[in-house]
Amino acid sequence: MSVTAIGDYRFAPRDAQANFHGNIVVYLHWEGHNSFCAALAFPLPPDMPFGAILSDLLPTCYGSHPDWAKIDWNAATWTLDGAPFTPDPARAIGAQGIGHKSLLRFWTPGLDGVGGSRS
Amino acid sequence: MTTRDVSLTLNVTPESPALVAAIEADNPQARISRFPSMIKIDCPGRLVVHRQSVSERLGREWEVQEMQLQMISLSGNLDEDDDFFAVAWR
Amino acid sequence: MNAPTPPRRKLSLKQRHALLTRGLGWDTTYQPMDKVFPYDRFEGIRIHDWDAWEDPFRLTMDSYWKIQAEKERKLYAVIDSFAQNNGQFGLTDARYLNAVKLFLQGVTPLEYMAHRHFAHVARHLRGVGPRVAAQMQSIDELRHAQTQIHTISHYNKYFDGFHDWRHMYDRVWYLSVPKSFFEDAVTAGPFEFLIAVSFAFEYVLTNLLFVPFMSGAAYNGDLATVTFGFSAQSDESRHMTFGLEVMKFLLEQDEANVPIIQRWIDKWFWRGYRLLSLVSMMMDYMLPKKVMSWAEAWEMYYEESGGALFADLARYGIRPPKHAGVATKEKTRLSHEVWCIFYNYTHAAAFHTWDVDTEHKDWLAQKYPDTFDRLYRPRLDLWAEQAASGQRFYNNALPQLCTTCQIPMGFTEPDDPTTICFRNTEFAGERYHFCSDGCKDVFDPEPQKYVQSWLPVHQIFQGHCGGAGMEDVLRWYNLNVGVDNMDYAGSPEHRQWVDWMRGRRIAAE
Repeated sequence: MSVTAIGDYRFAPRDAQANFHGNIVVYLHWEGHNSFCAALAFPLPPDMPFGAILSDLLPTCYGSHPDWAKIDWNAATWTLDGAPFTPDPARAIGAQGIGHKSLLRFWTPGLDGVGGSRS
Repeated sequence: MTTRDVSLTLNVTPESPALVAAIEADNPQARISRFPSMIKIDCPGRLVVHRQSVSERLGREWEVQEMQLQMISLSGNLDEDDDFFAVAWR
Repeated sequence: MNAPTPPRRKLSLKQRHALLTRGLGWDTTYQPMDKVFPYDRFEGIRIHDWDAWEDPFRLTMDSYWKIQAEKERKLYAVIDSFAQNNGQFGLTDARYLNAVKLFLQGVTPLEYMAHRHFAHVARHLRGVGPRVAAQMQSIDELRHAQTQIHTISHYNKYFDGFHDWRHMYDRVWYLSVPKSFFEDAVTAGPFEFLIAVSFAFEYVLTNLLFVPFMSGAAYNGDLATVTFGFSAQSDESRHMTFGLEVMKFLLEQDEANVPIIQRWIDKWFWRGYRLLSLVSMMMDYMLPKKVMSWAEAWEMYYEESGGALFADLARYGIRPPKHAGVATKEKTRLSHEVWCIFYNYTHAAAFHTWDVDTEHKDWLAQKYPDTFDRLYRPRLDLWAEQAASGQRFYNNALPQLCTTCQIPMGFTEPDDPTTICFRNTEFAGERYHFCSDGCKDVFDPEPQKYVQSWLPVHQIFQGHCGGAGMEDVLRWYNLNVGVDNMDYAGSPEHRQWVDWMRGRRIAAE
């Protein structure tokens, strides 16, 4: 499909990976906690170990929520770009199929937000 | 002619009482709703404003194009000439 | 007393209009018409007879100037009087002005863009009748921009967030939403622009922009905004009529136009609807004295009026917009989801949000009996608790944005209000994310347009927004940190308002 135009209409994508100074953009989303209004976006180096997301990144973002401290990470389930995913904290994100503009969603069973409202 | 409602929404101005009275007289099925600073008039099928009707009630010559100063919104197909302003669904 | 005699006229309104519009046009002979009008064929729209265009308002330039001058005389007298008499003291509460900030930052620039592009359309349509109407609309839109700027400049003397709207429009994250909407429209051809703006925005959806803001102003003591609102609205009825006339004219000219127009209706209904989500938040959360809920406004101004409109257009083979059903499903959630976005990111906004009091929550519960207590009151209560303990919640990360509408992806699945809606597409080896099927359906047929989206979050990550830290970005926005942003509670304008009101009580005693 293409744009109906008066001439040739082709442009380089503004958000190509090369524009992010060696980083990839990764989106992370804690399901059932919609008081955080949307998935979170981060510029991350592909060689960053997944574990650093869990230990360094997410707590500063989600830590204020009463459910955060109760998470059992062994029970959490994940999808990566729509497919079931088991993260390996020791390996680099880039080595586990996480690419530019990948979306990671995780569910923490039994934790359903404020009063079970999924907020 | 369909009976779906058309509507006119008008400003509240010094001309409003005469305009609304003319509309009510000429459109027996029109329903008038008043809100702060605006008047909404709904009517099945067709709503017409007659220049003569408004002029008589205003006590001066009124031009149909003065509707431009009164209008906030309308719903329906518009027809306008020297002597009338109407909205209708076909 | 004698009955008034009819005015003496040589020509009827219809005749005068024909002579002063169509009668003044001509087909060029020394250059081919296609060269003089290079933009009105490429979209595939077929016009066989431009003379079939009927302008119902039959306004000619001489009447136009007279009528518009009358509106301006009345309007400026009121604005000046409001300023001289410190009309801001009549506001219900200074929180209300955050709605006006959103208006100046997000709507006024679009009036100016409309002015520019209607001037373009007024040059590039082959038919004289629509050229004249477009020319008048271009002048109307400039007048709207001017009167809004002039009116709202009074508030800039005493309140925050008004001082640099033009600069902010090009940079601030939530203002890329209106900006990208209009840039999509003006980079399209003239017919798509007219369906996008004149029909979808100025006919189908217009009441969902103007009635909330102008009624909100009336209910909250903002006489100045009410006045410019009504002054503009009388132009809007001409714009609405232009939009409906364009639609019918194109549909009647050739059957081949119908599928093209249907695609545009589907696209621009959705884009306009997503843009108006900002208004839903304004209506339900930002007005101290409320007019009606977003759900009620949607029912009145889309479900009922839009229903009648599309029933009328069915005879041409036009059906209602593809995703209208989703918009209707969303009516009990939209404002709450958008308020959540702005509450999360108030530290980066040039207006305030705040914790909603009990009376307000009860109003929301009454207006949204099926969703509010179950889904939204709990989060408002959590935030209020956090604020009360000195830990007012601000989101520490940046949000995922929709590639098409550019709003943070805070909308939920049509059939599940507890799950964020994620949609995506792969194009030329890149992934693109969308908040909804509606936005994905805008991208998929024309990906080359939206791969160019200037998404604020990605631009920050690319280093184009003043620096890596939040404060760098806010300075790049020309936002006054600690003044324009953050919670209303404790802000400079809150403290000022409390002082003023205390002064009035003392004076009254």
